[in-house]
Amino acid sequence: MTIVWDDPVNLMSYVTWVFQKLFGYNKEKAERLMMDVHTKGKAVVSTGARERMEMDANQLHGYGLWATVDRA
Amino acid sequence: MFRRSGGQCVATFAHDEVRVLRKVAAEVVGLLTDGMDHTDPVVSRLFPDIYPDKPEDSSEFRLYTEGDLMTAKIDQAGAILAALPDEGEGEVRLDGEAAEAWLRAINDARLAMGTRLDIQADTDLAEELDDAVLEDPGSSRVFQLSVYAYLGYLQESLLNALPEIK
Repeated sequence: MTIVWDDPVNLMSYVTWVFQKLFGYNKEKAERLMMDVHTKGKAVVSTGARERMEMDANQLHGYGLWATVDRA
Repeated sequence: MFRRSGGQCVATFAHDEVRVLRKVAAEVVGLLTDGMDHTDPVVSRLFPDIYPDKPEDSSEFRLYTEGDLMTAKIDQAGAILAALPDEGEGEVRLDGEAAEAWLRAINDARLAMGTRLDIQADTDLAEELDDAVLEDPGSSRVFQLSVYAYLGYLQESLLNALPEIK
């Protein structure tokens, strides 16, 4: 799965926009994920095969989000 | 600050804003083209390890992806430089694609500055700025904090000027 971690710089509105733009999530889902990142420190933003998760994380890095892949 | 006009995001920048934005974008390009040093916290923030507990796997992944990621980041910073007047004041009009490049580039610049300024989750930017001004109003920290705050407002205004997704 792909995990996005909280960081002190990214704007909440920007993180929400990235989730909508990149994953096609609707605003409600994107905001819920963003709030999870913000309040819990991290959130699983996508799940699937390893290559797909690596691609997601890499694209998130393009947007400046702090993303990692967890193979567990 | 940006507003929506027709199908575009439009902003009028004063002379000083143009100068600061050009400087900030050029600094990001410089950081990326100047032989990236992965022990630099800014570089590790812009290019995070994909497997934090597996440095070898992270390095291998980096080998295949870092070049493209770096090029994308240089291009998006370039989009700022391309849209701005060379000097003086001027209006900037961005279509959807250019607005996205600006958002990403402003974000990279904020990440770089935020890391250098040691911005934390509980940092009160106004308080930091007041403290820095009291210490030395002409210091580089006052300038950097002001630019960092300005970029946050600019990014927020651009997000608000974008057409709603769905």
